[in-house]
Amino acid sequence: MSKTNAAAGKALTSSSSHFELFGLEPAFRLDTAALERAYREIQSQVHPDRFAHAGDAERRASLQWTTRVNEAYRSLKNPVQRASHILALHGVDVAFETDTAMPRDFLMQQMELREALEEAKDAAALEALHGRLSAEKQEIEARIGEAIDERKDYGAAAGLVRKLQFLERLDDQIDAAYEAIE
Amino acid sequence: MALLQISEPGMSPAPHEHRLAVGIDLGTTNSLVATVRSGAAAVLPDAQGRPLLPSVVRYLHSGKVEVGYPAQARQADDPKNTIVSVKRFMGRGVKDVDHLQNAPYDFVDAPGMLQLRTVAGVRSPVEVSAEILRVLRERAELAMGGALSGAVITVPAYFDDAQRQATKDAGRLAGLNVLRLLNEPTAAAIAYGLDNASEGVFAVYDLGGGTFDLSILRLSKGVFEVIATSGDSMLGGDDFDQRVFCWTVEQAKLAPLSARDMRLLLVRAREAKEYLTVHGEASITAKLSSGELVEATLDTETFCRITQTLVHKTLGPVRKAIRDAGLAVGDIQGVVMVGGATRMPQIQRAVAEFFNRDPLNNLDPDKVVALGAAMQANVLAGNKPQGEDWLLLDVIPLSLGVETMGGLVEKIIPRNTTIPAGRAQEFTTFKDGQTGMSFHVVQGERELVSDCRSLARFDLKGIPPMAAGAARVRVTYQVDADGLLSVNARESTTGAEAAVTVKPSYGLADADIERMLRDSFSHAKEDVHARALAEARVDAERLLEATRSALAADAALLSAEDRAAIEGAVAMLQKALAGADHRRIKQAVDELNRATGPFAERRMDAGIRRALAGKKIGSL
Repeated sequence: MSKTNAAAGKALTSSSSHFELFGLEPAFRLDTAALERAYREIQSQVHPDRFAHAGDAERRASLQWTTRVNEAYRSLKNPVQRASHILALHGVDVAFETDTAMPRDFLMQQMELREALEEAKDAAALEALHGRLSAEKQEIEARIGEAIDERKDYGAAAGLVRKLQFLERLDDQIDAAYEAIE
Repeated sequence: MALLQISEPGMSPAPHEHRLAVGIDLGTTNSLVATVRSGAAAVLPDAQGRPLLPSVVRYLHSGKVEVGYPAQARQADDPKNTIVSVKRFMGRGVKDVDHLQNAPYDFVDAPGMLQLRTVAGVRSPVEVSAEILRVLRERAELAMGGALSGAVITVPAYFDDAQRQATKDAGRLAGLNVLRLLNEPTAAAIAYGLDNASEGVFAVYDLGGGTFDLSILRLSKGVFEVIATSGDSMLGGDDFDQRVFCWTVEQAKLAPLSARDMRLLLVRAREAKEYLTVHGEASITAKLSSGELVEATLDTETFCRITQTLVHKTLGPVRKAIRDAGLAVGDIQGVVMVGGATRMPQIQRAVAEFFNRDPLNNLDPDKVVALGAAMQANVLAGNKPQGEDWLLLDVIPLSLGVETMGGLVEKIIPRNTTIPAGRAQEFTTFKDGQTGMSFHVVQGERELVSDCRSLARFDLKGIPPMAAGAARVRVTYQVDADGLLSVNARESTTGAEAAVTVKPSYGLADADIERMLRDSFSHAKEDVHARALAEARVDAERLLEATRSALAADAALLSAEDRAAIEGAVAMLQKALAGADHRRIKQAVDELNRATGPFAERRMDAGIRRALAGKKIGSL
């Protein structure tokens, strides 16, 4: 069995944008409090706990809607996915799998981080690495916010999102390393 | 019109009578049933006033089944037919269970889930658990004076899909309408009323008889949001008994033991463990079947030493959950202790030390899960007006994936995803003219399929022949509010569709459950048809009530034509209800469900719009 290049993790039902669903303006710099509020209000209307005694049709509709709302909420909370979603709304494909070309200095920095990860043998070293990575992620997120929300330079944003994705994968590896030392 | 309905907080559109709903804690060691009466949750005791039902089932020659205290009293005399801690075997194969050699049973290795050979025949853990649930159902119906409308059954948060499915099957087998499977730590958080008392992040440390869970919840007024969960579904108080048992065998230099002696010493080990909770030392005395007398004295220090690795083992999942939640230990504002095993002083100390704060022990750790389950059952039954209830957002504990080339796992839904959850992934054919595709559904965190739990295998057939890579097979994973998975695969490139939907199953197909239900009723001399008819009627009445209240609230969303279709189906169902043919009632129920499909979707849609416009309505 082989996989196609189709993007992983697409929403189950895809009609309106995630932002529309929550009644929000599409923006990378998101009002997270407003998102959370809208999420909870919608959940309190559609959640299966409200329909435990309802008929099959309502239970099915509730399951579909809650699934959709959970997926949209999760996507919007995650910076890489939020940015990808906005770019997709503007017809820009982030192309995680096909466009892996990165600036040389970024790649050098990544190699260095990866080496540091291989050498990290205790929780303290991993902690330090995690801290460094978080700071870098924050900086890239700030630049994505600027590119999308202010300059509307979606091409530049796509490159930054690919970088952020790189860093997220590294973060996953730090998690795996934590588990390995336990 | 619809706006008027929700502008009256506390008024449900169609008031109904109080529904009889219970919460059941199906524990490894003990089980309990609780309900909410006059606004307060209470455990329902047996006729002798005892709240706990030991989770022990004994099969007798006569075909009789003993459950609870009488079975527990005979466990050493009749170890092979007296099943204790059956929860450890739910959804498990022979190779999954630790200390199998120390369990005095005749195991039968069956596909998916092991079975036990007893004097009454081979029994699956699902059937054994159903015996426990049946006793609790009868206890509740007697106390509450009527048939139950539904039950919430709790499961360890770290239970995988196989274990959850097995639990739900046991509920159905016991004749329960399972409203929801609820995670035990979440139930405890509800019982503590954490959403009222506090804002912030709490941890629930739940060490039961056979399972360990650690959940991290974010709480705010009316919302319980689980942000991470971790645990070990093979670690609990039983393992402490095992350590004491092994220590005793070693101290007394005992030869390999018979099943009876093994069970006897395990019982003594458990008694010693419980005694040490409040005493400095415990004596272990047992007379073996050979006449040999075993005598040993276990002091607290030795007990702590021989169980130190177990205590330490619980802290791994604690660290993992905190990391998954993206938090630090200092962010946790309180730790709730749940499960009888948390009474052990070394556990209390280790948790206090780790979190650097005293854990909360206000509620009885044996009852707290059942109480929370009862409160949730009350909400699900619709007995609490909207506004006074709460929203529960739980997660799946283990990632769900699919096998790809080379025995690797591709994760489709990662652990700690809020449920209900759904995700799709596309696959394609790798040979020209390929017309079928095999899928292997797995659960777990490891990269290799062989290290994960296999949930289901299925084939998609009838893909139209195409060039390699041209077919597009969309595989969709859907996890419902019980944390149960169903998988659907569909090829639709050419319009000639091939599709299949599977629910992972572990040796118990729907037909098996039906047969077991029939068997259990023939034992009980109950008329199968009468039961089927009664169930169909309850189901039909429920649907009619739901339809009536939906029409009362949102009729404005319907065209005259749609409304006529629904009313036609309602009339059909009412006519069927007047008769005594359960199949005809079922058909009419299906018909009404179909007729209300589009209406249900429109109501959800309207609900969302109302939620987003909530502020504006309030200020009108």
